[in-house]
Amino acid sequence: MGDAEIIPIGTRGRPGRGSGTRRPSSAARDLAPHAARRRAQDPDTGTGTDTGPDTGTDTGPDTATTVTGPRADERTTPAEQDVVARLEVPAPTSAGPSGVEVTDRAGAPGIPAADWAHALVAGAREVLGDDWENRLAHGLAGLRRRLTGEYAVDEYGFDAELTRRLLFAVLRPLAEKWFRIEVRGLENIPATGGALVVSNHSGTIPVDGLMTMFSVTEHTGRFLRPLGADLVFRTPVVAGLARKMGATLACTEDAERMLSGGELVGVWPEGFKGIGKPYSERYKLQRFGRGGFVSAAMRTGVPVIPVSVVGAEEIYPLVGNVPALARLLGLPYVPITPLFPLLGPLGLVPLPSKWLIEFGEPVRTDAYGEGAADDPMLVLNVTDQVRETIQQTLYSLLMERPSVFG
Amino acid sequence: MGRVVLVTGVSRDLGRRSAAALAAAPGVDRVVGVDVSPPRGDMGGVAFVRADIRNPVIAKVIAKEDVDTVVHMSVIATPGTSGGRTTMKELNVIGTMQLLAACQRAPRLETLVVKSTTTVYGASSRDPAMFAEETEPRRLPRSGYAKDASEVEAYVRGFARRRPDVRVTMLRCANVVGPHVVSPMTSYFRLPVVPTVLGFDPRLQFLHEHDLMAVLEHSVTDGAHGTFNVAGEGVLSLSQALRRLGRPSIPLPASAVGGVGSVLRSARLTEFSPEQVSLLTFGRGVDTTRMREVLGFRPRYTTASAFADFAAHIAPGPGPGERVVAGVGRVLGIDGVDDTDATPGPGRRGVASLAGTPALGGGAGQGGDARG
Repeated sequence: MGDAEIIPIGTRGRPGRGSGTRRPSSAARDLAPHAARRRAQDPDTGTGTDTGPDTGTDTGPDTATTVTGPRADERTTPAEQDVVARLEVPAPTSAGPSGVEVTDRAGAPGIPAADWAHALVAGAREVLGDDWENRLAHGLAGLRRRLTGEYAVDEYGFDAELTRRLLFAVLRPLAEKWFRIEVRGLENIPATGGALVVSNHSGTIPVDGLMTMFSVTEHTGRFLRPLGADLVFRTPVVAGLARKMGATLACTEDAERMLSGGELVGVWPEGFKGIGKPYSERYKLQRFGRGGFVSAAMRTGVPVIPVSVVGAEEIYPLVGNVPALARLLGLPYVPITPLFPLLGPLGLVPLPSKWLIEFGEPVRTDAYGEGAADDPMLVLNVTDQVRETIQQTLYSLLMERPSVFG
Repeated sequence: MGRVVLVTGVSRDLGRRSAAALAAAPGVDRVVGVDVSPPRGDMGGVAFVRADIRNPVIAKVIAKEDVDTVVHMSVIATPGTSGGRTTMKELNVIGTMQLLAACQRAPRLETLVVKSTTTVYGASSRDPAMFAEETEPRRLPRSGYAKDASEVEAYVRGFARRRPDVRVTMLRCANVVGPHVVSPMTSYFRLPVVPTVLGFDPRLQFLHEHDLMAVLEHSVTDGAHGTFNVAGEGVLSLSQALRRLGRPSIPLPASAVGGVGSVLRSARLTEFSPEQVSLLTFGRGVDTTRMREVLGFRPRYTTASAFADFAAHIAPGPGPGERVVAGVGRVLGIDGVDDTDATPGPGRRGVASLAGTPALGGGAGQGGDARG
């Protein structure tokens, strides 16, 4: 078969009749009457084709359809050019500076400017409504404020604007669509003045804290200021965000300062013992710290509001722990859940459990006497009372919930 | 009869100007400035005595000039300007010891004002949000300026115990900023690209240089006994400060910041001490309730306005953030981006500004021929 003649099919993209030869037929050459003329006039583009590898004659095949553009329109406005370009659609035009380029997509000089602008305006109207210009200006003004630092943070570093606009915007769909949070007992949150919100803690990473914060702000308009462990303020990125979200260190000074400043302060006294407990121990409250939160509330005379969160235990069921790695990394635990690290980053998607958050009846501390905060027995009793309330509420909420994902 | 004030550390700019301000203050008769090297600028009505506070000569100056008030501000922060860490420590600690020893022997002494620093609180992840005067630092400073300052404070407390008749005012001042201040903090903000610690956004407090002079004068004339935090109202986060300054920043991992610091030190741009790195990581806030209520001093500048005054002197014009927004606004044909009640023109203006850019649409098709 070595001597079989191979006849190519088609013209390999060149104009012609598909005869397989390298040169187009005379009929094809006739289709491009301007080419020869143009070469004679334009030496600049002519040199490029003269030395071209596949041009044996004056009328190279590649320049067969090359025509000059509408020179007269060079200085017209874009809109007029647009009209010209549209009129020219059937006629082949060239764009290559060397003059050897073939443009079969004749008359495609890009999307006209008017179309761009129209699309942008229509898009803006679609996204922002009819009042889009004002809204965009507002948005830009907000952006400018962010970019030039002209916003205020309080002495703890809390950035209310950022929290409301960014953090809560991210949490809202998660809270409403994914966890379908049901909040009860909102009337127990005072409208003004300091109060200490005490909650159970679970879920391997503190999503429950974020959700409680979001729910409080969403329903009452007040910000819940969380107290965090020092690990939070030691960890890069987390540290930078925590203070912006309103957190501060869980220490006596800060707790009392915030409470006497009339803030709504949130504590999770179980700490890492609660959040990192195995799934088998779900909804069993751990030790409630050393009762420091109660003495802070007593010293400032604010009520303690027990909060029970059901649903956070199931988002990342903690089935294992790697203590050696945790020690190495300086973390309290390294979690293993059914999906993490098995599925990698996908394992970080929380399971869509059904959440119930109940704010219990406030425990008043202002009735106790002057030195109550320094009476350890009294402090521990109140701590136990709060813990017991939360535990009982957890049990009743669990009975109420039809199923984990119900 | 007015007071006779002795001011140490007048060779440096802040000391010199504070001394000059004191000399002009009502109720002050005479101000004697002391330092090892002569001041480089105008001293106003201050008499300069060249003396080293590290040797007992200072006692003679106090006795001879009949000094009744001593303002000690020669605790220096940077080893670079004074010839190494050893000299710095000697100046700070031994100098203070000698000065206090001389003060103890001066029967006419009534008032001692010491300028200390909030650096004595350190900066760590276990810090409370706001340090009160009685709060112990969570991590004791182990080196450098912070250690010197806390040792100086210990000696001053010892002196206050031994001379209960002397009113001792210790001022823990936040980072002083101002158009003329040269300090590790101000040279940090003067860097063309400011390195920050990745993933941290510390809270900072500033004190304006005018307020520093004002608080010194206030402490000399009608101060109160005790230790006081002195800082402008409010806090700024570092990211916010850099945005207001309009300087680009480059976040670096915490471990790399120290290395960058030593490069900058060798380039003589700024000094990055370990205390400063920890301040730039964890930040610090001090409570100034006692300053306002007991000392009775109110700074004229807040932290934000003190920084704004400093920023206006080192970075004129809009920052990159502002330029970006202005550019976006211009492209979309929207004016008054900075007004919340912006009233832009009709919708066609956006179209017009887009159609005016020749790079878009029909212009591209004719590009080749325009050159031909």
